[in-house]
Amino acid sequence: MLDLIRAKAAPAALILSVFLVWEAVCAAGGVSDILLPRPSAVLYELYDRWWALWPHTWQTLYTTLVGFAIGTAVGVLLGVLIGSSRLAYDTAYPLLVGISSIPKVAVVPIFVLWFGAGTVPAVLTAAIICIFPIVVNVATGIATVEPELEDVMKTLRASKLDILWNVQLPRAMPYFFASLKVAVTLAFVGSVVAETVASNRGVGNMMMVASSSFNVPLVFAGLFILAGLGVALYLIFSAVERRVAGWAMRKTDLAVTT
Amino acid sequence: MTAETALVPAAPAASPARPLITLDGVTVRFGRGTAAVQALAETSLTVAAGDFIALVGPSGCGKSTILRLVSDLMRPSSGRVLVAGREAGDAAAAEPVRIGMAYQNATLLPWLTIRQNVMLPLKIVPPFRAEWRRKRRTEYRDRADALLAQVGLKGFGDKYPWQLSGGMMQRANLCRALIHDPTLLLLDEPFGALDQFTREELWAVMQELWATRGTTVLLVTHDLREAAYLANRICVMSARPGRILEDCPVDFPRPRPLDLTFAPDFTALVQRLRALIVAARAAAA
Repeated sequence: MLDLIRAKAAPAALILSVFLVWEAVCAAGGVSDILLPRPSAVLYELYDRWWALWPHTWQTLYTTLVGFAIGTAVGVLLGVLIGSSRLAYDTAYPLLVGISSIPKVAVVPIFVLWFGAGTVPAVLTAAIICIFPIVVNVATGIATVEPELEDVMKTLRASKLDILWNVQLPRAMPYFFASLKVAVTLAFVGSVVAETVASNRGVGNMMMVASSSFNVPLVFAGLFILAGLGVALYLIFSAVERRVAGWAMRKTDLAVTT
Repeated sequence: MTAETALVPAAPAASPARPLITLDGVTVRFGRGTAAVQALAETSLTVAAGDFIALVGPSGCGKSTILRLVSDLMRPSSGRVLVAGREAGDAAAAEPVRIGMAYQNATLLPWLTIRQNVMLPLKIVPPFRAEWRRKRRTEYRDRADALLAQVGLKGFGDKYPWQLSGGMMQRANLCRALIHDPTLLLLDEPFGALDQFTREELWAVMQELWATRGTTVLLVTHDLREAAYLANRICVMSARPGRILEDCPVDFPRPRPLDLTFAPDFTALVQRLRALIVAARAAAA
């Protein structure tokens, strides 16, 4: 129990002390709000303009999650295809690496050209940015299944689908969740970048507008929102991970809940 | 597992007159050209239904290859492998012979509990498969628990594999190999990684399981005492490329007590087997 408190309290204390140091440095050095606003000013801005910020927050969360969902679905599908055959793995890998090396900011104008400014480019950018880590991890998880486990299934004359469902997918779950936690934070990067470039809604757009009017505390309020959303989604997926793939983390007592 | 098990059609066992397994002049080569390795050379072997056969021989003599051929994980380069009168892996077989298999590594799935692991074949193998959804919480669960109790794992069904010792995992592995009432049980050094006492304990368990079920067993082992204690027939194989050098019947009456392993007859048999394998190794060197 003491360990649990320590595990929860330590990160919270670290975040709090970062804010305190930041506040103290700004106050002592007399830093202007236009350069670096104090956290208290940012929080006040958040509180003060919450009703104006909320639609933007919702828009960003919505586009990120839709993009993330699309990216996850496509990523798992491709990962299974690539992971289940050596040939597919070797064939598709260079293409994937190539696609993933393209900076995603660069594709936003193309999406705008195709679909117009607004929600769709943000969703697609979020999706495309999170596909790669998911594909790679799912493929690795499936490709590294111990042959003995598959032999057990083959001896039982299991079909390919049986093996996929009963051995390969569960075996890939720890890899999958590791990539989900990366992917969900990347999805925010994608949607915010797209909103900044080509949208009239969302936290990214709001920050653009705020910075052009030198409302720096509001820009930072946008950053705080993004950080908060990112942490929240990360925590949600960590919790799901412990439920679904807890067997791979036997050190935590969460693995044995029965 | 009494009245209800009887509802499941009996596994298609070959009649005693017909052998369950026939290897007819089987040759297996791995690789091509100069790098090719010949694992089996013109090997022939027949196993009667209900028999308990042990395969012994020097390392790399193709013992495990025989198991892989019989379970259709591999095809022979030449020759025929018949299981219940049909080519292994004959897709046209209406009801293929049910096979259970246990390796030296327990290969339990780490994300499933012991009970779920043991029940896995029921989820995959017909005819059990058809009723999986309906019976997995009742009849199949009881079936798994009964089997676990029989090998001394009563109450461990809800544990995960990593919570068990090596010997316990191997017991669970045996349960998984047997839960679907296989006609044929293939064992590849299942007790190899265990300590002496656990191993001997599991020999007794294995003997009892075989006696109560009438399953045909093909056991690959390095342990000559294990072969002599468990098997009805011991096939001694030559060094690579493997073929069967000698087929020794083992006539000790059953049930065999563990003390048997200290009897002079038993020791003499083990020594004879040992001499055969030493000679086979020397011939290869």
